[in-house]
Amino acid sequence: MMQHTIEVNHADMRFNLAEEKTDTIKEYFVKLLKGKLHFSEFYAVRDVSFTVQRGESVALIGRNGSGKSTLLKMIAGVLYPSRGTVTVRGSIAPLIELGAGFDMELTARENIYLNGAVLGHDRDFMNAHFQEVVEFAELQEFLDVPMKNYSSGMVARLGFAIATIVRADILLVDEILAVGDYKFQQKCHERMSRLLADGTTLLFVSHNEDQVKELCGKAVWLDHGRMMATGDVNEVYEAYHRAVD
Amino acid sequence: MNGLGTVKNLKTYMPLLRELIVRDLKVKYRRSVLGYLWSLLNPLLMMAILTMVFSQVFRFDIPNYPLYLICGQTLWSFFNESTNQAMYSVLYNGSLLKKVYIPKYIFPVSRVLSSFVTMSFSLLAIVIVLILTRTPVYWTAILFPIPLVFLLLFSIGVGMVLSALSVYFRDVVHLYSVITLAWMYLTPIFYSLEIVPANVRVLIQCNPIYHYITFFRQLILYGQLPAAGTWLFCLLSSMVMLAAGIAVFRKLQRNFILYL
Repeated sequence: MMQHTIEVNHADMRFNLAEEKTDTIKEYFVKLLKGKLHFSEFYAVRDVSFTVQRGESVALIGRNGSGKSTLLKMIAGVLYPSRGTVTVRGSIAPLIELGAGFDMELTARENIYLNGAVLGHDRDFMNAHFQEVVEFAELQEFLDVPMKNYSSGMVARLGFAIATIVRADILLVDEILAVGDYKFQQKCHERMSRLLADGTTLLFVSHNEDQVKELCGKAVWLDHGRMMATGDVNEVYEAYHRAVD
Repeated sequence: MNGLGTVKNLKTYMPLLRELIVRDLKVKYRRSVLGYLWSLLNPLLMMAILTMVFSQVFRFDIPNYPLYLICGQTLWSFFNESTNQAMYSVLYNGSLLKKVYIPKYIFPVSRVLSSFVTMSFSLLAIVIVLILTRTPVYWTAILFPIPLVFLLLFSIGVGMVLSALSVYFRDVVHLYSVITLAWMYLTPIFYSLEIVPANVRVLIQCNPIYHYITFFRQLILYGQLPAAGTWLFCLLSSMVMLAAGIAVFRKLQRNFILYL
């Protein structure tokens, strides 16, 4: 049997809008008595199924709020589906928000180890790749500066450099290439292309059609949490444009 | 998650646990001139003040009062600090948990462990008091890590319960500060059990922290080995609390992300 790298099977992600506002015990019991605890449900992702094979690169497209990022987080293991299953085989490098694991009080040097550990790398491994990370991020002069003084571009550069040091089986990328200057975007692009050539599976969220078509062969189109189409990237985009226009 | 998965998980995330502890220690004393010395100075200064208040003003008659006090106080402040920090740990790291998969228990556990490391520095303060008061050192003193480990496991359990509950109800944070106040007074830190009326004494004897502190004092202060009953109570209470913490945390962690 063919093993899929990512298998999404009738997955739902339901948020309870009323429940989210229940912060105190008093409110909780008041709502419990009124029977309002499960009142306004909201499906960010509804009955989505698709599979991704090893080495494929797939784009998630759709308008803002259509559930692309939610789906990506479900695959990353951050969110659990409320119904259905999401199965992932292989290691994941999440580029969902670069530098999510940074502590801004610490220096870049300290953060490289911390963020590496968030991704499951130990100290020896990080020592071995320290120089490589610093060079890629071009932050040699600012290594011992607390990161709260960094610009957002610098933070993103360091985050990208750390997340891509190992060749992970699956790369989850959410709109991150929009940050950084032109030259750095080029560098990121190059590194991603190289990872893809080595057989990494890519899941890509972007609003940049040219970039998507360049990197991905397949696409999944989401609208209001439902999957509208899946298949060849050009065909899906055609259907998408027809629907939007 | 099955047992094997948890063990594998533990191995993968050991480096993270280590980095988080190091981070806590670094951030705690960053930008203070004396740095780690505060972990030593703080208990000494607190002890000096409390000794003055309680031996001059209230006149408790406890032999070697400074040592009696600092033993209780060091253990209590570890429990107080670690559980309070653990309570906020999941809330504070919400932004991280929303973006990367990390086993969530790592936050309360790392907080309690970093407080434990800080407390180890504070043990030096006890040694200093031992020397200054010219207290004889008994061989039983080498067993001092035993009550500390009981207390550590108990604190991890309490910290896990608090960190999980506080995600769902922020009230827990306010409630717990009142609870710790009552709890502190129900722990013989600066008084001895003998001065309390019998009905309150029963209540205090249900307090596991009282037993950990007594265990510690018996080893250091009196050179005695605690009775078998104390060993059993300490072991059971810490294990039960830890198990309860893990159970509550496991049950609640699934939906953390929706409340952060």
